Amino acid sequence: MAERINGFIYDKDSDGLVTVTMDMDGPVNAMNGQYRVAMAETVTRLENEKDLKGVVITSAKSTFFAGGDLRALSSVAPGEEAGQFEMIEGGVKAPLRRLEKLPVPVVAAINGAALGGGLEICLACNHRIAWNSPKVSIGLPEVTLGLLPGGGGVVRSIHMLGLEKALPILMEGRHMPVNEAREAGLVDQMEEITTNLVEAAKQWIVSNPDAWQQSWDKKGHRIPGGDIWNPKVTQTLSAAPAMLYKKTRGLLPAPEKILDVAAQAVTVDIDTALRYESRALAYLITTPQAINLITTGFFQMNSVKSGASRPRGVERSTVKKVGILGAGMMGQGIAYASARAGIQVVLKDISLEAAEKGKAYSAALLDRQIERGRKTADDKQQLLDRILPTADDDELRGCDLIVEAVFENIELKARVTRQAEPFLAEGGIFGSNTSTLPIGQLAEVSAKPENFIGIHFFSPVDKMPLIEIICGRQTSDETLARAFDYAQQIRKTPIVVNDSLGFFTSRVFSTFLDEGARLLVEGLDPVLIDAMGKKIGMPVGPLAIQDEVSQELTRKAAETHREMGVLGSKGDNSCNIAVCERLIGEFGRGGRYHGGGYYEYLEDGSKQVWPTLYELYFRDDMEMPEGDIGDRLLFRQVIESLKCLQEGVLRSVADGNVGSLLGIGAPSWTGGFIQFVNTYGLQCFIDRCEALAEQYGERFRAPQIVREALEQGGTFH
Amino acid sequence: MTQSAYIYDAIRTPRGKGKRDGSLHEVKPVALGAGLLRELQRRHDLDTACVDDVVMGCVSPVGEQGGDIAKTIVQFADWHESVAGVQLDRFCASGLEAVNIAAMKIASGWEELVVAGGVESMSRVPMGAAGGAWINDPEVNVHDGAVPQGIGADTIATIEGWSREDVDAYAQASQLRAAAARASGYFDRSVVPVRDLNGMPILESDEFIKPDTSMDVLGQLRPSFAKMGAIGFDDLMLRKYPNLPAIDHVHTPGNSSGIVDGASAVLIGSEQAGRDLDLAPRGRIVTTAVLATDPTIMLTGPGPAAKKALQKAGMATADIDLFEINEAFASVALRFMKDLDISHEITNVNGGAIAMGHPLGATGAMLVGTVLDELERRNQKRALVALCVGGGQGIATIIERV
Repeated sequence: MAERINGFIYDKDSDGLVTVTMDMDGPVNAMNGQYRVAMAETVTRLENEKDLKGVVITSAKSTFFAGGDLRALSSVAPGEEAGQFEMIEGGVKAPLRRLEKLPVPVVAAINGAALGGGLEICLACNHRIAWNSPKVSIGLPEVTLGLLPGGGGVVRSIHMLGLEKALPILMEGRHMPVNEAREAGLVDQMEEITTNLVEAAKQWIVSNPDAWQQSWDKKGHRIPGGDIWNPKVTQTLSAAPAMLYKKTRGLLPAPEKILDVAAQAVTVDIDTALRYESRALAYLITTPQAINLITTGFFQMNSVKSGASRPRGVERSTVKKVGILGAGMMGQGIAYASARAGIQVVLKDISLEAAEKGKAYSAALLDRQIERGRKTADDKQQLLDRILPTADDDELRGCDLIVEAVFENIELKARVTRQAEPFLAEGGIFGSNTSTLPIGQLAEVSAKPENFIGIHFFSPVDKMPLIEIICGRQTSDETLARAFDYAQQIRKTPIVVNDSLGFFTSRVFSTFLDEGARLLVEGLDPVLIDAMGKKIGMPVGPLAIQDEVSQELTRKAAETHREMGVLGSKGDNSCNIAVCERLIGEFGRGGRYHGGGYYEYLEDGSKQVWPTLYELYFRDDMEMPEGDIGDRLLFRQVIESLKCLQEGVLRSVADGNVGSLLGIGAPSWTGGFIQFVNTYGLQCFIDRCEALAEQYGERFRAPQIVREALEQGGTFH
Repeated sequence: MTQSAYIYDAIRTPRGKGKRDGSLHEVKPVALGAGLLRELQRRHDLDTACVDDVVMGCVSPVGEQGGDIAKTIVQFADWHESVAGVQLDRFCASGLEAVNIAAMKIASGWEELVVAGGVESMSRVPMGAAGGAWINDPEVNVHDGAVPQGIGADTIATIEGWSREDVDAYAQASQLRAAAARASGYFDRSVVPVRDLNGMPILESDEFIKPDTSMDVLGQLRPSFAKMGAIGFDDLMLRKYPNLPAIDHVHTPGNSSGIVDGASAVLIGSEQAGRDLDLAPRGRIVTTAVLATDPTIMLTGPGPAAKKALQKAGMATADIDLFEINEAFASVALRFMKDLDISHEITNVNGGAIAMGHPLGATGAMLVGTVLDELERRNQKRALVALCVGGGQGIATIIERV
């Protein structure tokens, strides 16, 4: 007779086998208060069961178990660590420990994704059978949320797989397909048909009635690969912190704590290690990094991806045929990304030859993937067949979408818009991949400015996950929705912003470059400036990235803006522009692809600072605290992001955070340039801004919106 | 200081290549140490009951080097049962630390006769065998950013702008000096052959020296620490030194100290003890100093330690005739000479650990003997011995002939 225990269905059959089917309130099973009661009561019931022969744990949902209750975790305040520790120890760990100590085999029948807490339940079972389906993914992704698997995941995975094999699973937090999880040793058995899982589990119990003891509870248990006394293990542990530092620059505490718990797991007994693991999770929960990663990396990312910025009430659309004007670096990347998503692509340039060259880019990308075994020659052919290179506007006939990606020249853009627009399909939309020109102005030549929109791609298009959609004053909701759908169709994450000089991403990013230039002009060592950029977590320092962007591009954009009379109206890049203009004007240094910029690029692939740069700006007596340098590079971007929010360029905080993470390279520990302020503390942020402003200039004054938010006692959300 | 601490003798084993094919690989560390104690007893017809303590440095005190190997050596050498023994570990300074502690024991007046030295069979108990939280505990490691010393040595060279040729040239000089000194018999007084139980010699002189070292040969060796640097240790170092664009990995097996087996023993006592036992003092310990500098670059301590010792002694570098700096890496010796503004002409005049090897726990006391021999040979007065030490420490000892 089946009965419900607080969301678990408890069903004992005539053979003494109990099936526990997790069927909690809400769409998924999660490690929340309801779960803790359900699991504790279920285990008590099992412990008191007469003639018990075995236990099967499975789920009534399409996922097996979804993991922790992030809403609850992210609301824990500093100072509440003790309560969290008690909850982890008593509420989560103790019942799982009792479950694995039952004197009968316990089998997990994994019918859907088992991630985080879900996998931890499975690890407390004696055997794991998973449905062999792409719908089932397995892993311990806690690290990506600034946390660690605190339900025994660190300790048990190490006792099961050994340190060497478990560490990548714990430190990278990847979602693994079933067969990979099987190879890794996290899954013991696969079933092809989901409805067979429970039966297979019962069969396993019947055939293995003595397999009830976990290997780590058996006398003489040895951790695979050895414990702390094994020199290979100590070698791994001694090199791991440096390898981690190289990736995280010491900015993310979660993987550091995972390493620490892992070292304990191979040193002390399992119960002591499990307790240590709980302490580490209790500590991580209230760190700003965890709050930021959960807030932006999970909640806001989900909100952006689920279309929070997409106008409601407009029917979903798909693009069947896209026209791309200009087969240069951006155009060819857009062509590839579109064709990859199954869209017919017309790639147009002024000559067929130029268009063919653009198509060849896709072929080259695919060749590389074929080399790595990720694609077949067949895949390549199919994708290339979707790209039609042409010099003829007529081929654009019937496109649902045309994206222009020609040079950043307003007349040129106007001309191609006028020429191509008539070929759009009925109700088709026109997108401009501009990064510097106002959409409203570009739309002026359009016959249907309501169908005109900015679709800003990032380079390299095949790798960069973000698209910044820019609404002009006249852009219609329908057009926005269709651009949004297209972005998702080609598997990019779209954010939506309003039309304004530099939009959001370019405007904020240019402050990073500008502050780098200011530090340079003030006399700091260029090497130090770039090192400090990396130290705050930016992928590359401001001077090195300026070389990649190219001084030439910065100069050209400034020239355009000057002609348009808008230079400096949004964001202050004056210092960077002056330095770029000087480098080009006096020394012909236009950037890496123009023969060098701040750096010289040597034939062996290395680079060194262009020596003259020291003569131009370096001051031997210049001293500045490292903290100030880092904060200047970070705060400029944060302040500019807040201004974008204040001015309504950003339509939502989530778009600002996600956009800064995916488009500008905002360090993940910040949770994006607006979320950063929340955990830094609004008052602390204002105080720091004022201090920086006093010492380094007015550009560091805190925007009014921070004071307003503070007065309302809130945060940016 | 209640009384002076006199050096009555200083001896060592030859240094054997610290690998399986090294001559001393078959010799147990306890036997290396006991051989020296027996030799001290034999040379001076020593009544071992008069020895208060034996202080021995050892950096990997585990396995057969574990469990207070100093006391085990005392017993194995059949010294009087009243003699105590203590093993200590101050990383690479352990041997000199033993000398310094022995000197302090005497100077305080609380003990009269002490043997100080060290033992390290790197072929039998490999470097790092003792583990330690600093390196092996990720929590501590993350906290401190522990970086292998070789990368510290490379960083010193990078900061100072010393090229591969610079450090190789230093290494070549060390080899040529050591080879010449050995050939001239400068080490004969102090080096005690290691013998088997039949009395047959196993190793009679240093076997690590490569007399025909050329710049060409040195230049062909591959950097030892580039790979390790690439996995992330360079990044950790640059966190501390953000002005450096990159680390120039100039150190190779050719310009770094050799891994060897060996032991050392210095007989240190009061004036009274010498008189009672009819021992002639060869020198005295003037002063000692120890301190710590940045643990990440790790190897910049010797210069500051030497200055501290000089200041305590009320001396200037000009008062010192010979300097002995442990050649952990070529850049360490170069940096030491630069810090003190002293010439290579009076530094490591008979070569150093690049040529002869660095048996970690034993080296410091070996250097005391080597430089004392040379002071006597030159009829000079004063010498300063210094070593770089794990954790950024530095150690220095000033001795003078009496």
